Amino acid sequence: MNKDYEVVIGLETHAELSTESKIYCDCKNAFGLEVNSQVCPICMGMPGTLPTLNEKVVEYAIMMGHALNCKINRVCKQDRKNYFYPDLPKAYQISQDDVPLCQNGYVDILVNGEERRIGITRIHIEEDAGKLLHSDKFHGSSLVDLNRCGVPLIEIVSEPDIRSSEEAKVYLETLKSILQYLDICDCKMQEGSIRCDVNVSVHKKGTPFGTRTEMKNVNSFSAAVRGIDYEVNRQIEVLENGGEISQETRRWDDVKGESILMRSKEDAHDYRYFPEPDLRTIVVEQEKVDELKALIPELPNAKLLKYVKEFGMAQKDATFIAENAELAYLFDSCMAKGKFSAKSYSTWILGDLVKYLNETGKALSDTNINAENLTALVEKIESNVISNAGGKKVFAVIIEEDKDVDKIIEEQGLAQVSDVSALEKIAEDVLAANEKSVTDYKNGKTNALGYLVGQCMKASKGKANPGMMKEIILKKLG
Amino acid sequence: MELYNKTLSELALMLREKKISSAELTKSIFDRIEAVEDKIEAYVTLNKENALKAAEEIDKKISCGEDLSPLAGIPIGIKDNISTKGLRTTCSSKMLENYVPPFNATVMNKLCDAGAVITGKLNMDEFAMGSSTETSYYKKTKNPYDQTRIPGGSSGGSAAAVAAGEAVAALGSDTGGSIRQPASYCGVVGLKPTYGSVSRFGLVAFASSLDQIGPIGKSVEDVAIIQSVINGYDKMDGTSQYREYTDYKANLKSDVKGLKIGIPKEYFGVGIDDNVKSSVMNAVKQLEGEGAIIKEISLPSTDYALSSYYIISSAEASSNLARYDGVKYGFRAENYDGLIDMYERTRSEGFGDEVKRRIMLGTFVLSSGFYDAYYKKAKLLQRRISNEFTENFKDIDVIATPTVPTTAFKIGEHFNDPVKMYATDICTVTINIAGLPAMSIPCGYDNNGLPIGLQLIGDKFAEQTLLNTAYAYEQLKGGFKLPTL
Repeated sequence: MNKDYEVVIGLETHAELSTESKIYCDCKNAFGLEVNSQVCPICMGMPGTLPTLNEKVVEYAIMMGHALNCKINRVCKQDRKNYFYPDLPKAYQISQDDVPLCQNGYVDILVNGEERRIGITRIHIEEDAGKLLHSDKFHGSSLVDLNRCGVPLIEIVSEPDIRSSEEAKVYLETLKSILQYLDICDCKMQEGSIRCDVNVSVHKKGTPFGTRTEMKNVNSFSAAVRGIDYEVNRQIEVLENGGEISQETRRWDDVKGESILMRSKEDAHDYRYFPEPDLRTIVVEQEKVDELKALIPELPNAKLLKYVKEFGMAQKDATFIAENAELAYLFDSCMAKGKFSAKSYSTWILGDLVKYLNETGKALSDTNINAENLTALVEKIESNVISNAGGKKVFAVIIEEDKDVDKIIEEQGLAQVSDVSALEKIAEDVLAANEKSVTDYKNGKTNALGYLVGQCMKASKGKANPGMMKEIILKKLG
Repeated sequence: MELYNKTLSELALMLREKKISSAELTKSIFDRIEAVEDKIEAYVTLNKENALKAAEEIDKKISCGEDLSPLAGIPIGIKDNISTKGLRTTCSSKMLENYVPPFNATVMNKLCDAGAVITGKLNMDEFAMGSSTETSYYKKTKNPYDQTRIPGGSSGGSAAAVAAGEAVAALGSDTGGSIRQPASYCGVVGLKPTYGSVSRFGLVAFASSLDQIGPIGKSVEDVAIIQSVINGYDKMDGTSQYREYTDYKANLKSDVKGLKIGIPKEYFGVGIDDNVKSSVMNAVKQLEGEGAIIKEISLPSTDYALSSYYIISSAEASSNLARYDGVKYGFRAENYDGLIDMYERTRSEGFGDEVKRRIMLGTFVLSSGFYDAYYKKAKLLQRRISNEFTENFKDIDVIATPTVPTTAFKIGEHFNDPVKMYATDICTVTINIAGLPAMSIPCGYDNNGLPIGLQLIGDKFAEQTLLNTAYAYEQLKGGFKLPTL
């Protein structure tokens, strides 16, 4: 990228809410079922049908509003956005125009160790459209699947505060982890649970913002990065060649790796928004707004900042734990005990625990690991009762059964021998039996030390504390 | 025995006393349809077979002594924009010529639960847009009083069928006068209920914020009976009002002593036919003679009501009718080249001129750059008009006006002059704009023997007051008279 330019990015992110039923009818909100099986006259827009609002959608959206520090508009309306397309059976989408449910918020994100605040313009509720199916088998026609019609969406619009594709990616990942924390979205990218439109402009440093283009059809976070990078380079190239950027809508083709003009400003849709006459004004009691606020847990972006800044963790490790609500809860509970360092826990969580979860496909809640037994395990290692290797054996048991750590150590004979006299006795026996090695060592063959310590460990059946054993041998060898 | 000229209340009593059976009654209504339908052309679709079957079912229940609604066994016609499961619902449009709804409108469920027998689907202006039923794609319904004249609209089929004895009563819908105006032209009683009192679920939308289903009958009592059955909160309609709805018929009384009736001078000005004016004022005087107090009032924003109405209703219609695109159901043009061409041809060929006119008007007033000047202003006027009524209803109980400035006009007379056609709605649209209940009851005839309607307007949910006033007047004037066909 040309270093003379600055990039300005704003994102419009659509997230499907994981309510039981659709936004305006009782149909099930489910993905991947037989084509046109989750439909009724209402979501198919048949003549005479009327929408009735699913209150859960409002609640979920308000939760996201709280999570992104928004002002909640307790009184707001829904509007019709009119346009023709075969996947939109009513030929209008019920959305929100000038008064969104949530507005004027922000989200703090961590980009390469630097904290950045991204403004949130608004969050509004709306219904999803169906899906067109194209195939050579359809003899020149297209078919339409209306299962997705009426699936509830929130659209989260950011301020043009994002300055790079990397920042955009972190912003999107942060939104995703928050949605997961609140448990209001499945966040299955391949199912289209989160989609975004990207607004990009470039300008020379010290000059006003450039004209922006909007890019649609960005279906993954990595596609967002590729799309933004492509668009930034395209715009700079146009400008460098003396051209002008026109306000237009482009379509991202991730396979070809390029954006294609969809429509210019002149062809922009006039959606003819007007208040939806079939629905009443939304009125949410202040009490309800407060109640929903109380439900918001500490969010992953806040946790991440805490892990990095207070606990001194590496951003990569911190992000991994923070973005997984269950791991973060375990980690926070461990840290709350105030006994051991973040490192002593994160090693187990990111190591053996994640490995186990990946291998078994289980969720943390399906295992027996909790802050108590993990702390007990860490305690045994930190106080040299067991070795790291012994710890792994203990871990393998406590993750599967509810068993006392001490008992496992005892049963498996994992306790290390740290008693100096016992260790000295072993050392004396080993040194006496290996005179050649002792001579070798004294003649400068330092690797004989490793051999001798190894023999001591063997003699102790692995129970000797290896650190102490080594010191004793060294002392005896003089 | 001729049953078709009897009122619903009379027939309900005869059924209860087992003087007649529903099967007999239903058969006699279909005989009447056979005899006069050629002249009137009120129906788009007849439901004879099912109706006779339903009548027999009801007769069984009656013979078992079940406690039934007064509607049980009564043949009722339904305007063709109300969804009837398994019975095609065309909105009198080519667009929905073969559309059969897979579900019932809430009012249909209520009628069926009450045991009403459905005679068929009644003609109307296409998608309820019109004041003469001439915009129907299928046929032009005739006024039973003079078959060279229109029956009014858009519920012209409903009013004409009731007046001609082709249905004991009917359901219509009223967006700007579509129940009251044809009721007035056909000499029957029509009620446009308070917005939100009758569920709109299943009513094919024209203008969602103004549409309301209501009854058309031969007497005030008939209308009261039907209204009590069809109203009530419905969770399927987000604009439905949750409240207690009373039994209007049980509470019907003809005492108007001390009732304050307002006469808005704006409704008696230019364009009001002399015959109409004098009939309406006579009716008011008769009520005064019974002890009602007459007061002149002013509703100064009335002048703006018509423009406001046509902006709001067309705006909503342009959006409501966008779904008829040839993709899912209804008409699709035969030859087209690609998606946009399919949309354009389907909608050009499927809709009639009046519907297209309103879609264009509505699309225009919602367009960016024009929204504030038209739609937003119309909504502001709506509030002002509504406030004027609220203020007046602090001092008075009922407002009396003509239903329509004139009597029924000739078929074709205004067909090519939409502005003149729209002007016939001048006395009725204001009430939809304000969401109030209003009814039309016959109050005399003009020099040509054509019926004149008295419009009574009430405060929100004051249906009982309206019905009582109308009932009192009906006692003085006398009941339904069948026109000679």
